[in-house]
Amino acid sequence: MLAKRIVPCLDVKEGKVVKGVQFRNHEIVGDIVPLAKRYAEEGADELVFYDITASAHDRVIDKSWISRVAEQIDIPFCVAGGIRTIEQAREKLAFGADKISINSPALTDPSLIARLQDEFGRQCIVIGIDSYYDAVTESYKVKQFTGDEAATKDTQWFTQDWVAEVQKQGCGEIVLNVMNQDGVRQGYDIKQLSMIRAICDVPLIASGGAGTMEHFRHVFAEANVDAALAASVFHKGIIDIQDLKRYLKSNNIAVRV
Amino acid sequence: MSKVNVTRRPSEIIGNTVIIDTGCANLSSVRYAFERLMTDIERESLFVSDDVEMIKNAERIILPGVGTAAAAMASLKNRGLVNVIQALKQPVLGVCLGMQMLTRSSKERGGKSEDCPCLNIIATDIKQLDSQGLPLPHMGWNQITPSSHPIFAGISAGSYVYFVHSYRAPLSDFTIATSQHGETFSAAIAKDNFIGLQFHPEKSSDVGAAMLQNFLYMNKDTFAQSSTKSLASNNPLNEAKL
Repeated sequence: MLAKRIVPCLDVKEGKVVKGVQFRNHEIVGDIVPLAKRYAEEGADELVFYDITASAHDRVIDKSWISRVAEQIDIPFCVAGGIRTIEQAREKLAFGADKISINSPALTDPSLIARLQDEFGRQCIVIGIDSYYDAVTESYKVKQFTGDEAATKDTQWFTQDWVAEVQKQGCGEIVLNVMNQDGVRQGYDIKQLSMIRAICDVPLIASGGAGTMEHFRHVFAEANVDAALAASVFHKGIIDIQDLKRYLKSNNIAVRV
Repeated sequence: MSKVNVTRRPSEIIGNTVIIDTGCANLSSVRYAFERLMTDIERESLFVSDDVEMIKNAERIILPGVGTAAAAMASLKNRGLVNVIQALKQPVLGVCLGMQMLTRSSKERGGKSEDCPCLNIIATDIKQLDSQGLPLPHMGWNQITPSSHPIFAGISAGSYVYFVHSYRAPLSDFTIATSQHGETFSAAIAKDNFIGLQFHPEKSSDVGAAMLQNFLYMNKDTFAQSSTKSLASNNPLNEAKL
């Protein structure tokens, strides 16, 4: 049986791993390669590196660290941030990334997803979606350019419609980041994730809100996601990955222990 | 974590290890995985190459693969490597698409109207995985039931390895490990000196590293005496009557 994946996310800014609260006030938490290696050794199933400034500032991430990560770790990893063209994607994959993740550029041009999957196969094309609950319309909607508060903007996409569209275009996996929950460690948005799970045929990764081991159990058991992504609880040592996996296993969640 | 012994063996790795340069993007992950298992001196005998003589004379050869079967086969044809690979007698390890290319054909047509002809070394055919409603691609860590084939020395049943694929080899006499995602399928196949792994050992933590190390200690003599018949006894279907 396919194991549920635990995925630490390392937000990268100017060559360092950073973490902000609700996408703001970023603080440095460490160097990329030692942190990546530590998580791999502790039992992380996969890593995501996301350059949170890349899309918003119209520049591409410095890629030299990608090959340094690939040299050191023996689990899959995904690189996100500022990938707008086939060539930019090819470069990341050539440096050793297993997957690339697209967020804002896909909203600008959804056909980018189809072109990427034609070139590299859908298995390495991940779509990141920043979804928020809009209290006015009582619906979930998608935001763009979230890496920079000044550039962040609302889109016309309802989250369900965008999830359907990116699958139609040929993505291999979806990371659903629930912005209202991000960084405040109040738990994953089970209601929204369950709703998206029902319309998502590709692997679904929950992101945003993990604070306790119980939150992970809930999101796997109730929303049936394939993977759970988290950052601050791992960076700050609030949850140990090995403890988490033992806890999940003892609660009958299939994990790689 | 499931602890697998990847402590270095006392003897050094003998001879050249060649990763065939298929021109596909992601060869570096495979190369890095072998480098992690090698000393500085041994790394000097690791090559990424499409040179016919270098491949023919290698002690052991890796056929990696990323992309579609059609693109990878076209690349091997362009490099004049199809006959060369078919004639190899030393250990050959196909990884993921590299495994699929060892078979007769693949249904992954890549927009063409015909099935994609492959290297025709192992008499089985690649078809889409019947996930029986589970998400595709089959992506993530799944358990394998390995046979006693030497590539799996030290690997226990139920070990997790990393898969990323939508097509698979069916169960057959060539199956040397099974896994299940919906249907049960070949996680690995082998015939004589040719071994194919559907998963990514280079991304499978200690478990994958142990397999790659097993491969590095194979040499030209490892399969010199073997035949399809003797390998069939490695088939977990025969052993376990699954």
